[in-house]
Amino acid sequence: MTSDQALIFASGIVGGALRVGAPFLFVSLGECLTEKSGRINLGLEGVLVLSAMASFGASYLSGSPWIGALAGCAAGALLASLHGVLCSLPRVNDVATGIALMLLGMGLAFYLGKPLIQPQAPQLPAIALGNWSDSAAVRSALQVNALVPIGLVIAGVMAWAFANTRAGLLVRMAGDSANATRALGYSVSGIRIAATAAGGMIAGLGGASLTLFYPGSWNEGVSSGQGLIAVALVIFARWSPLRCVVAALRFGGAGAIGPALQSIGIGWGYHLFNIVPYVLTLLILVITCRPGGVIAGSPGELSAR
Amino acid sequence: MRNALKEALLPTAAIAAALLLFGLFVWFAGVSPLQVWLLLFKGAFGDWYSWQNTLQRAAPLMLTALCVAIPARAGLVVIGGEGALVLGGLACAALAQSLPLPANIAGTALICLAGAIAGALWISLAGWLRQYRGINETISSLLLAYVAIGLFKHLVEGPLRDPASLNKPSTYTLAEGLQISGIGGSDVHWGLVLGVLACIAASVWLRWTPSGFSVRVVGGNLRAAQLVGLPATKLILLACVLGGACAGLAGAVEVAAVHTSANASLIAGYGYAGILVAFIARQQPLAVIPVAILFGGFGAAGSLLQRRLGLPDASVLLLQGIAFVLILASEALRDLDWKALWMKLAKNADPRSSSSVIAGLTRNPAAVAADLDPGSSPG
Repeated sequence: MTSDQALIFASGIVGGALRVGAPFLFVSLGECLTEKSGRINLGLEGVLVLSAMASFGASYLSGSPWIGALAGCAAGALLASLHGVLCSLPRVNDVATGIALMLLGMGLAFYLGKPLIQPQAPQLPAIALGNWSDSAAVRSALQVNALVPIGLVIAGVMAWAFANTRAGLLVRMAGDSANATRALGYSVSGIRIAATAAGGMIAGLGGASLTLFYPGSWNEGVSSGQGLIAVALVIFARWSPLRCVVAALRFGGAGAIGPALQSIGIGWGYHLFNIVPYVLTLLILVITCRPGGVIAGSPGELSAR
Repeated sequence: MRNALKEALLPTAAIAAALLLFGLFVWFAGVSPLQVWLLLFKGAFGDWYSWQNTLQRAAPLMLTALCVAIPARAGLVVIGGEGALVLGGLACAALAQSLPLPANIAGTALICLAGAIAGALWISLAGWLRQYRGINETISSLLLAYVAIGLFKHLVEGPLRDPASLNKPSTYTLAEGLQISGIGGSDVHWGLVLGVLACIAASVWLRWTPSGFSVRVVGGNLRAAQLVGLPATKLILLACVLGGACAGLAGAVEVAAVHTSANASLIAGYGYAGILVAFIARQQPLAVIPVAILFGGFGAAGSLLQRRLGLPDASVLLLQGIAFVLILASEALRDLDWKALWMKLAKNADPRSSSSVIAGLTRNPAAVAADLDPGSSPG
């Protein structure tokens, strides 16, 4: 491998981590918030696809990508709050509801988004971080989605809020012990619905970065299971918003190994590199879990089942 | 029989509500809902051709639903049936192209067995991780499904690829004698019979045999099972093996009867749809049969809606989504005491007796106590 190839390879991975990792960042933060309140939302896949469609449509109709991003947030919050409300009913299982909402979200998005497959919508601006370099590969790799800084801020605020604010402590309490929450006179369902809706709102930004930045168009294959994988990412991050950032970048980067190798002419093992993040998560679980014990940081209500 | 009818009442009402809502959607799109309902019925159950299409889709759904339902009776929520299905299909195709199998029914049985074993190993891995490493089986089976799909794509596009498959990487086509044929020359293949038999066998096993009963005890109350000395870990693994074998068999049947080689069309989401079928059937193997046929019918009607009325092909996905959400939500009404609710409503309407209790402001002390009782907490 020459130094040129090495540079292309490295920038391919970094660029991939930043581009592919952006939706991962938002869905993992959303799922983290939901799980902290004691519920698993597998429906984030539906949330992601629906918000991707909504933000593309709103951006196309209004001409402003930022209005598109807001529409994505709203669509995500709506679908996620449906999950929150349904799961608060007695005898309704959150795993099954999540899968059902995944179908509903995708169905709604593909049904309503059919006319949006052809047109081109205004895209989000990119922040160029690579101007110091003369290499075109490095420059294009460091074109960062303008939503990524917002995601980093959300991660920081979430980490701070979980430790220092009343709302953050309430969410954590609902996640750790429903009984304690009830004893203090708070509504467990209310907290969980709010946390799920807020999580959907954050995940909606992930949908916006899919259709308004990379890959930057709306079609039925826009998401490849990023929403389902959010659950794995959150475990990988051990329920810490700051570690979610690392986890999202790492999943994005690992997913970029295959394409990066292809760009320098090595086609072997493309799909094997794609499964690296999943194997890694499983290995981490194997190392950190103990029978009968719980992973540090996991919400008590989730591991009690 | 009367009980079974009562059980079916809520889901039926939920499906009717879903059809109404869906009618509203297409009405906004400028299509007559009546026409859509008629076409849905025609496309799914209207004539022999649609029935064939429906049943062909129902066969894998039954088997993947069992992959959720059997472990669920042992207290596990396994959502990785998709992984067992693709590996089952892969094992079936790999065995057929690596060994000179007899091109007759014995060979077909062998490749189906290979698929079932592959699926059983994959899901029991999730069960093993749960019992011996304490990893949540829902998460691990989901992760394992992605790993399985990656392995599948790698092997199908690499070592096992038939060089003649240019546009769509596939394994070698199964020999004519190894393929599963249609029943009596129709498109409905013997996989449907396998699916129905598996559902009946699972139901008999859970209901009438000691080991099946033990599995239900483990799923119902783990502590009680341990106190009477049942080998809980072995039983949980057994449930995983059986469930995984069903999903693996589904993959093998899809390859041997429909696709004739392992390729990307195998990854069609039957594993995920099976989760919903199992939950709607309330994890009862016998109830899986009608539910799978119903959702096979929805799938079969999809292309007709698109062709005749120009609706987006995702319309059926939307209908399925609405139906699933409503059916799952209708579970909440199952324990509702209709009589008591009716009495309460009648009482509230009576102005003389409603003065003492203001709904939402005054709380019944018994309800507060029940809320605080740890035994009754949800989750």
